[in-house]
Amino acid sequence: MALPDTIHLEVVTPDRQVFSGDVDAVVVPARQGYMGILPGHAPLLAELGIGEISIRAGDGTDYMFCSWGFLEVLPGRVVLLAQTAEMASDIDVKRAEEAKVRAEKMLASTDPGTDFRGAELALMQAISRLNAAHRLVRKPRP
Amino acid sequence: MANIRDIRRRIRSAGNIQQITRAMKFVSAARLRKAQERVIAARPYARRMTEVLESLAARVPEHSHPLLARRGDETIELVVITADRGLCGAYNTNIIRRALEFLNEHSGRKVELNILGKRARDFFRRRPYAVRHEAVGVLQQPTFADAAAIARDLIEEFSSGRKDQVWLVYNEFKSVVRQEVVVEPLLPIPRIESADEAGRLEYIYDEPPERIFARLLPRHVEAQVFRAMLEAAASEQGARMAAMEAATNNAAEMIEGLTLYANKVRQAGITNELIEVVSGASR
Repeated sequence: MALPDTIHLEVVTPDRQVFSGDVDAVVVPARQGYMGILPGHAPLLAELGIGEISIRAGDGTDYMFCSWGFLEVLPGRVVLLAQTAEMASDIDVKRAEEAKVRAEKMLASTDPGTDFRGAELALMQAISRLNAAHRLVRKPRP
Repeated sequence: MANIRDIRRRIRSAGNIQQITRAMKFVSAARLRKAQERVIAARPYARRMTEVLESLAARVPEHSHPLLARRGDETIELVVITADRGLCGAYNTNIIRRALEFLNEHSGRKVELNILGKRARDFFRRRPYAVRHEAVGVLQQPTFADAAAIARDLIEEFSSGRKDQVWLVYNEFKSVVRQEVVVEPLLPIPRIESADEAGRLEYIYDEPPERIFARLLPRHVEAQVFRAMLEAAASEQGARMAAMEAATNNAAEMIEGLTLYANKVRQAGITNELIEVVSGASR
């Protein structure tokens, strides 16, 4: 049996559908590390962490930021149920940079009452957002 | 016979009211469209979430999670979702009436209220009911962050054992003309039907299915609360639009009736004057 050429990807967040389309490959940040999914992948269920999604379709690659959620692979279909997800082109770089500075400040503080875990997560989110946004700038679609 | 000036004044004031109601109708029509778009935009997530839950439910033994625990109905929390503002017909009244019915049906139990919306807050504030939590201003444009915060508070209340059940009462948005008040159980999570087709699929799990299931359930509750808030927001605008449409029509009818009356009065006045002139001349 020949494997299909493309797989249908859907990225949904609680308030909207962020992406829907047929893609050649997608790499997602699962909780245990990045995971690549190609057409014909076996059914899979995993949790999402914080990171970048890269979507390869045709001869271009698109990037996306996502944090927390679930990933389900069904025959011919990938569904990402993300807590937050943004296309790289929609990311507010200025806001992410501000968030990064804020989180770094919190991590550097010596106050024992600081929510270090929260600050660390905020920092991860900010960095992933910036990475996704910058990748798009570095590698424009041909 | 009434004074013609009074009648004219009434026509004018009805006209002024009509202008306001018409403007409000257009404003709610615009807001309704946006609210409807939000309801529709939130559907894919809820649908996919349910699908994943159903396919997982087939694999995970039931009752293995605190949010599924059925404990009876001794202590109940009722989440009442009304609007922050009035002038939307019977919208708020219907929801509050349904909430009161629920309270009566469960009069032997300990029921606490969790109120979203100014209208319900003002109503229950003046009455002897236990209100545990209230929030206003979250329904103009419901955000998932607000919904998630409310859901987390409810989950905490339920899983700590302080509440045996959590129910929602809100207005479901069927269509612009058809809306109905619904009372739904939120916690414990109603039985999730396990899917047949997906149940046959052999999955690879990145993590133990029980753990994924346990992490999914709170998200599911958040999504349910969010959906209820979105539906309520859309219903409110729909109800206001209908109410303002009716008010505008009533004003038009009133103006028509009063104009007719004013003309009659005017004619009667002229006739009287003529009679006076004629009878004066003939003398």
